[in-house]
Amino acid sequence: MTISRREYDFQAARRRLEAKAKSAGEKLTTIDDAVARVKNGDHVAFGGCLFSRTPLALVRALLRRRPTGLSISRNLMCYEGEWCMVAGAVDKIVTSWMGIGLPWGLSKIHREYVESGRVPMEEWSHLALGLRFRAAAMGVPFLPSLTMMGSSLVDVGGSKIIDCPYTGEKLLAVPALFPDVALLHVHRADRFGNCQIDGYPHMDPDIARAASIVLVTAEEIVSEEEIRLHGDRTVIPGFAVDALVHVPYGSYPHECYGLYDAEPDHFSTYVDGINRHGAAGVQAYLDRYVYGPATHVEYLSLFGESALADAGRRGRELVS
Amino acid sequence: MSGSPHGVTSNELLAVMGSRELEDNTTVFAGVGAPMLASGLAQRMHAPLLTMVIEGGIVGPKWKPGSLPISTNEMRAAYRAQMLPGITDAFLLAQRGFLDVGFIGGAQIDRYGNLNTSAIGGSYDKPKVRLPGTGGANDIISLCREVIILTVHEKRRFSDTVDFITSPGWLSGRDARRKSGLLFGGVGRVVTTLGVFGFDPESRRMRLEALHTGVSVEEVKANTGFEVLVSDTLTTTKPPSDEELGILRMLDPARQFL
Repeated sequence: MTISRREYDFQAARRRLEAKAKSAGEKLTTIDDAVARVKNGDHVAFGGCLFSRTPLALVRALLRRRPTGLSISRNLMCYEGEWCMVAGAVDKIVTSWMGIGLPWGLSKIHREYVESGRVPMEEWSHLALGLRFRAAAMGVPFLPSLTMMGSSLVDVGGSKIIDCPYTGEKLLAVPALFPDVALLHVHRADRFGNCQIDGYPHMDPDIARAASIVLVTAEEIVSEEEIRLHGDRTVIPGFAVDALVHVPYGSYPHECYGLYDAEPDHFSTYVDGINRHGAAGVQAYLDRYVYGPATHVEYLSLFGESALADAGRRGRELVS
Repeated sequence: MSGSPHGVTSNELLAVMGSRELEDNTTVFAGVGAPMLASGLAQRMHAPLLTMVIEGGIVGPKWKPGSLPISTNEMRAAYRAQMLPGITDAFLLAQRGFLDVGFIGGAQIDRYGNLNTSAIGGSYDKPKVRLPGTGGANDIISLCREVIILTVHEKRRFSDTVDFITSPGWLSGRDARRKSGLLFGGVGRVVTTLGVFGFDPESRRMRLEALHTGVSVEEVKANTGFEVLVSDTLTTTKPPSDEELGILRMLDPARQFL
């Protein structure tokens, strides 16, 4: 298993960006129109981190199109990676860690698919994956780093160790990762795609610059004036965004900083389904939560208004 | 279990012993579980000017007792943080040299403090057991000035060899770590449920420096899959005090991590 040239080919990535319209105009569209831009075989990067600000509405919409042959990358991959495995959508997962979290133990799906060799996991250190996105965001083929050297991880992705041209010391040349598509969920945007994130940004601003196509869902669509009054909080410029969809609770049941808390009980129910039925448990989950609901409103109704309100109350409390 | 007097749990013992390794006016890279409890305890005991940096891109949080995070990337982990720079930039603080200490654990550890949290058995591409992966552990052990490993002491963990070096300790010993390109840092201490280990400065092999109360060298040897070196000045650690345990139980009243 090694990285493909397309992942770090900075000249090709630059040509793709130069050839693309970088409009200051309208970006609002439907979620189905947004994800129609993803092609089979694409490398799709997911924003957020673990169960925080995961672009779950976009992931669900993408899976409803039954894609195949995707590579997906995310710094800490949560259960959306398992959905992609069971749905037959992915050929490769690029991450530093995969599971839900400490209380849920090892992921049986992750184990089953990787141990059988069905879906390889290309493992990078958390910083190295961050630097892969940052190198791409900077438009360069690699960034030097002091991390990961000496470990077996160097061989996993086929990364190279170079001699510093100034000091002669060894450095890890972390290869850029230019995804074809980025899926991101943000707190607010104007209709032109200028995006603001509250709290921790995770790796989203770098991913937005690294990808060729950027699809965004936002909790709130605000006026152009509102963005212009607080331009210091804008982390993704509108001209980098291809499609924007208004999706309140767009990462639920994962958290969105200051707006709603995550639902650990829901994760436990999901894991319980896997413990009892294996991959069929994930399939049943997909049928109920991903393929079933015709609209986002229908999806949210599966959780109920009081659950959403309670998650909102907890989320606001945690930042007050 | 032995080494755990007065109903002290493994995580309480690890958190107390880990906290005592932290000095005031320093910085610590800490994850969820025993590391965060060790850091929180140190801040309330002897290190009020200790700053925590968290993997989720979080600097200087002031966690709410009873509302401890289950992930390093959630709102509880960021509660009252002084800065939220993002994940990559939090790790880059460590690469720059701002992080004095880092805490990590692992499924397998060898005599040089190399850790495996990736894959056990088979080949890496088709392992017998696929573990979650490094997360930030590799970066913490590569970039902090000193790493302290906190772990339950079990024979299957303290292994003659690790199947995969996810997080490099002293590699094959002596100057192997420096030669690999890792110019800084290294594993300073391995704090376990049986005792505290350091490393022989020449060979870089793990060496027992202190036993917890009620634990014998034989018990350590019986639970370790490699030859145990014992310090000439072997000591016994002071058991967790009521004050220390009281603070831990105040931080985690539901005993989610204790």
